[in-house]
Amino acid sequence: MAKFDYNDDSVVVVIGSGAGGGTLSNELCQKGIKVVCLEAGARQSSASFINDEWKSFSQLAWLDPRTTSGSWRVAKDFAGLPAWICKTVGGTTTHWAGASLRFQEHEFRTRQVYGDLAGANLLDWPLTLDELEPYYAKAEDKMGVTRTNGIPGLPGNNNFKIMYAGAKKLGYGEVHTGRMAINSQPRDGRGRCMQLGFCFQGCKSGAKWSTLYTEIPKAEATGNFELRPESHVTRIEHNADGKVNAVVYFDKNGNEHRQKARIVCVAGNSIESPRLLLMSASNMFKDGLANSSGQVGRNYMRHMTGSVYAAFKDPVHMYRGTTMAGIVRDEARHDTRRGFVGGYELETLSLGVPFMAAFLDPGKWGADFAWWMEHYSQLAGMWIVGEDMPRETNRVTLNTNVKDKWGNPVPNVHFDDHPNDMAMREHAFSQGEKIYQAAGAIRTYRTPPYPSTHNLGTNRMSAKASDGVVNKWGQAHDINNLFVSDGSQFTSGGAENPTLTIVTLAIRQADYIAKQMKERAI
Amino acid sequence: MRVIPIGAENSIQADASGCDEESGVVQKVHMPLVRREFLKGSGILFGSIASGSMLAALAPSTAWALELKTLTTDEGKVLMAMGRTLYPHKKLPDAVYALLAKDLDGGANSDAATAKLLKDGVASLNKAAGGDFSKLTYDQRLAIIHPMEDTPFFGKVRGQCVTSLYDNDMAFAAFGYPGSAWEKGGYITRGFQDLKWLPNPPAEASPPPFLG
Repeated sequence: MAKFDYNDDSVVVVIGSGAGGGTLSNELCQKGIKVVCLEAGARQSSASFINDEWKSFSQLAWLDPRTTSGSWRVAKDFAGLPAWICKTVGGTTTHWAGASLRFQEHEFRTRQVYGDLAGANLLDWPLTLDELEPYYAKAEDKMGVTRTNGIPGLPGNNNFKIMYAGAKKLGYGEVHTGRMAINSQPRDGRGRCMQLGFCFQGCKSGAKWSTLYTEIPKAEATGNFELRPESHVTRIEHNADGKVNAVVYFDKNGNEHRQKARIVCVAGNSIESPRLLLMSASNMFKDGLANSSGQVGRNYMRHMTGSVYAAFKDPVHMYRGTTMAGIVRDEARHDTRRGFVGGYELETLSLGVPFMAAFLDPGKWGADFAWWMEHYSQLAGMWIVGEDMPRETNRVTLNTNVKDKWGNPVPNVHFDDHPNDMAMREHAFSQGEKIYQAAGAIRTYRTPPYPSTHNLGTNRMSAKASDGVVNKWGQAHDINNLFVSDGSQFTSGGAENPTLTIVTLAIRQADYIAKQMKERAI
Repeated sequence: MRVIPIGAENSIQADASGCDEESGVVQKVHMPLVRREFLKGSGILFGSIASGSMLAALAPSTAWALELKTLTTDEGKVLMAMGRTLYPHKKLPDAVYALLAKDLDGGANSDAATAKLLKDGVASLNKAAGGDFSKLTYDQRLAIIHPMEDTPFFGKVRGQCVTSLYDNDMAFAAFGYPGSAWEKGGYITRGFQDLKWLPNPPAEASPPPFLG
């Protein structure tokens, strides 16, 4: 690994090492560009990951203080934990389930297709599926996505058998073990899935793609990369011309450092990224960096979610094997006859006993709750993930009443479900229940949303500078050497799990940055 | 036993940097036997796990005892009874509910306000019971607890139940959850697709596992 001087102003500083930051770093390094990657979390490995839900949560989750507001149920159930995302090298690619689905064509032009929906701040992306397809292909190859590039699908577990049987009885067509960035056979120096059942806790077999043991070591091998773990960024600075030129951060011992930079790329996920831009306000940029539109922190999306669990009279053992073991894709289409715009995916999900107790129905107690826990080995489960509406009022702001350990205001996450989200959730709950009833369920349960894992939209792409924060390359409209490289660029959320699209955009962004540097445009 | 403070009543203070672990080894729950003459604490809870039961194999001995540092024995018993009322599991032995009392006692020992909250809460349960709350039937206990649902005492005990009752080896065994799978090689050859009461999906939906 390289070592760069704090005063080296030729480096690209990437903030965050997850799907966006980790991928972008490697792509830039492969092109000979020098990168300093600042990661707030510590470095773990497959060996140090823990097959224990609460211990792993302590090891990987972002637990710095955050606050919540709004009518979403997460604000009541998990007031201090709006999101279940990670603070560790590799970011949330350590925790993600691996589902790797491309956006659908219409999901890039939601304003056009869905129309002017009251209470929604819909906008078309400034790019199309056509433009992204070559990069989607590169991302799928990089990540080893099953059912692409001749890679076989994963074998389905018991949880999937139930989903499959029920979904087929209901007449669903596209039901399979998904497109997963989990090795179904050895590939890229990593082994195949051992069906551990602890995908969310960091993959101990390394079969699931994570930047931690793919992009980051590959970047390190180039000699162009310096990763600085446990480096918590608090501010991005700029010069008199309004170009960003340095990043200020605290190391694990609490010492403050200033790393000079030619280009800064922000990839701290959709809560920390807008927070950092807002905290970097200056005399020149009084509302925060890249915020002339006033859209930084707004249009926060978290996917319409929920889960359905079902009890059967015979054993299931859903915890055995891949957590997200299969998918029903038929409802992902846009079809307003269902009473809402956009669509959703149904994906199997499993929790261990400790998290089932915490998440089945937070706050619930009594004999009925106990009944569900006692039937744990007979449960099957699925997660609903659908497109939610961007709203200007759903936003990340700085809560100056609460300070973190560095003395900075914590982010507040405000969210109110849009009526479209609620209509879609009702439909999805009902379809999920029908699937399980068709497979012979004795009871079904509607589980409310978990803390958000898909955080999107808070620095959105737009064609016009007045509508969003970044252009089609993730480059800030206001500051041409400042980039956003994570899911906060998303103009809309789509029905699909976002990681594949984040990686795709990062590969594409790296090409653009390299070209702009070569042309001395930035 | 840890509580991750994610509820409204708690401020987040956990710090992931303190949680590095060398390996994925999950520690067994300790159920230490303590002798009365060595006790320096405020109370003791003890009992036994039916020998021959599945859970007996997990404890060092079928007899168990837990020392309390701040709460009295009687207070511990009331909290155990409250736990069993909130989350009534015939499958779980008293030893699991004793973990709840122990964890609450730990909180009381490190924070005077928590100690007062718990002691006052227990007193209010006993007052409503007209004696010892833990001696009442399930239905009687339930009738007393229901009106208290919005109190901080209730919230404290219920919140602690989530981790104390459900994150331990005895609960795992009782509910049929084996926990860590890594050291056993996962489930690739141990029944991840052994469900027999439904037909197998076709190979295009669920290809065979790679075992080469």
